[in-house]
Amino acid sequence: MLPEENENDIEQRDGSNRIVITVIGPDRVGIIAAVTKVLAEHSVNILDINQTIMQEFFVMVLVADMDKAAVDLLTIKDLLHSKGEELQVRIDAQHEDVFNYMHRI
Amino acid sequence: MKRLLTTEEILETIKMVQKDNLDIRTITMGISLRDCGSSDHLEACRKIYEKITTKANKLVKTGDDIAREYGIPIVNKRISVTPIALMAEASSVDHYIEYARALDRAAEAVGVNFIGGFSALVHKGFTAGDEILIKSIPESISATERVCSSINVATSRSGINMDAINLCSRMIKKTAQLTASRDSIGCAKIVIFANVPEDNPFMAGAFHGIGEPDCVINIGVSGPGVVKSAIKKNGNSDLGTLSETIKKIAFKITRMGELVGRTTANRLGVPFGIVDLSLAPTPAVGDSVAEILEEMGLERCGASGSTAALALLNDAVKKGGAMASSYVGGLSGAFIPVSEDAGMIASVLDGALSLEKLEAMTAVCSVGLDMVAVPGDTPVETIAAIIADEAAIGVFNNKTTAVRIIPAAGKDLGDQVEFGGLLGKAPIMDVNRFSAAKFVERGGRIPAPIQSLRN
Repeated sequence: MLPEENENDIEQRDGSNRIVITVIGPDRVGIIAAVTKVLAEHSVNILDINQTIMQEFFVMVLVADMDKAAVDLLTIKDLLHSKGEELQVRIDAQHEDVFNYMHRI
Repeated sequence: MKRLLTTEEILETIKMVQKDNLDIRTITMGISLRDCGSSDHLEACRKIYEKITTKANKLVKTGDDIAREYGIPIVNKRISVTPIALMAEASSVDHYIEYARALDRAAEAVGVNFIGGFSALVHKGFTAGDEILIKSIPESISATERVCSSINVATSRSGINMDAINLCSRMIKKTAQLTASRDSIGCAKIVIFANVPEDNPFMAGAFHGIGEPDCVINIGVSGPGVVKSAIKKNGNSDLGTLSETIKKIAFKITRMGELVGRTTANRLGVPFGIVDLSLAPTPAVGDSVAEILEEMGLERCGASGSTAALALLNDAVKKGGAMASSYVGGLSGAFIPVSEDAGMIASVLDGALSLEKLEAMTAVCSVGLDMVAVPGDTPVETIAAIIADEAAIGVFNNKTTAVRIIPAAGKDLGDQVEFGGLLGKAPIMDVNRFSAAKFVERGGRIPAPIQSLRN
């Protein structure tokens, strides 16, 4: 559809720094606060938050920019993962490309 | 501008990974060993070790990093090399076990679980090196952990080399005996091909073909669970709609392969080769091609209708997948290995799936008779005849077929072999007890088929 989708796209995207964070689990007080605190502490800028309750489960999808982040994606992923264990919810952080590549042509 | 991702799209991807076992089955680095030949075999082995450990040094680490960043499991990191017969022939030894050991050491050093390419291409005849290689396979496979072997015995352009098939079936029997203490596991690492692809990333049949660059990254995707789940969600649609559903989901699965392949190649500074669209099952429940066919409406995989259902599945996966990748290659079709697919194992145990039905199904999907265990006393001529039948399906229909058969030493009907891990377990299947010995012992070659008058 757009000329930007060319063969070199991955190479360019590999430099992009947006991540998607998903939180899934039983609802409880303080989940958003805890997750955003971890991000703020490491200078990860939140671009968009979407939160909903699906079949009693708390589902939050958060898009963030790592451009000015103090740490890399894998470190943030680990930090969020252990925060998730503490809160008894599942927290994942993935590079945004996964979703763009699967759902956008 | 691209539309922003919706929560539903993001959650769909997450569900595919977390619930339906979506993964990248393998990142396989192809490495040419054509510059490693030497008249001194120890020198050649040193060069092989050196080249593999240099090229694949960062393969596993890069794969693991990408898996974590993208949140998509990458199950295996593997290596394929130039068919060893091609480069070992320059040396004067009469056994190639040292080459297999060098491959095994190199694979261990870089942390990959399998290395493919202890191979020869003999569809028209043998060179001295080809013959030595095939005769070296039983000792070499049983003395190593990670080395995989493949032999191409037929092509649509040159016909079927029955002498090669006879030699290979003797070699398979010997390997079964040498690895008898481990349920003849050696045979799980030997594939006999017709029309072998040169860029296949999947083991045990992977090797680095002669038309390939010095080093290349090939990707094998997976995702039977994701396809099954999409079919289930689709309800009782007609077959045309079913095909559309499979195409759409195959597209999404393959996009992950394309992304991971290109990113890996980019980070390693190696050209990106192909994505192999094969639906590769694992022994895990819910990760089964047989279960897809059952979700499509068969009571059991192997029932009448299995060939038609598999044909629909295979074609839809290719159509969807081909749109998602710039370069498609390898085997690219559904795999129906018995031991590696929980649904196939169940079908055999229930008496729904016979060797003959499995053979029919291989006419419309990739690979062939894969990971089938047969009684240990199956005559060598019968194994040759089974391979010849499968080769005929491939050669006369212009497709790849293969046989990975385990004549499990000391086992008979009612027993099973257990390999563990991705190789799984398999019940011993019944083999037609009538002999084809006089036919296969004629030897020589079955001529290449005519390409017109196609019926």
